[in-house]
Amino acid sequence: MQFEISNETIDPARLKAALLAERAGACVCFEGWVRNHNDGEAVTALEYESHAPTAVKEGQAILAEALQRFEIVTADCVHRVGKLDIGDCAVWVGVSAEHRGAAFEACRYIIDETKQRVPIWKKEHYTSGVSGWVNCATPAVASGQSR
Amino acid sequence: MIDVTARYFAVFRERAGCGSEQVATDAATAGELFSEVAARHGFLDAQARCKVAVNGELVGWDAKLRDADEILFFPPVAGG
Repeated sequence: MQFEISNETIDPARLKAALLAERAGACVCFEGWVRNHNDGEAVTALEYESHAPTAVKEGQAILAEALQRFEIVTADCVHRVGKLDIGDCAVWVGVSAEHRGAAFEACRYIIDETKQRVPIWKKEHYTSGVSGWVNCATPAVASGQSR
Repeated sequence: MIDVTARYFAVFRERAGCGSEQVATDAATAGELFSEVAARHGFLDAQARCKVAVNGELVGWDAKLRDADEILFFPPVAGG
């Protein structure tokens, strides 16, 4: 089981190969992609930042929890950092298991917990020229200005 | 008074204008230090939505601080 923070393009085929096991009858992979809009804003690009040592530690804890909670063989997760374009793969989760039910559930658990707990931050760049950190508070817009 | 290193990430780094700084403080806990630097730098996110690590370990806001500690302040996360 491996949780990785990477500044290189994610290669799903290579990652999936690491999940292979003779007793596995199911494999579920999730890819999170950069989409061109969020909350009504047109997005042109994204930047991800992380504190890798803490992120990997927390991510490994999530994978270990998944192994304990669900009947799976193994699971890996890779999250990108750096600047990404529309359509790029930002996060990949892969799970192998004897049966599909556990593989689906564990995959869902890993991506949900990763989004909530792992120290990764996302800055969106909008077509308006403005940019903003997702989920973070922003200063009140000065009077007279509008967005 | 203790001397510690405070490190900032993402929106905190941008608002502080630096990735890290030395702080001489009377703060006894990570939470007290957060209040201090948040007020000084104008961090807007509620403490309850942020996270803190001391010397590489994620800890609670009541974690006690010691001289020479490295404290990492994490704004609300947004992976995925």
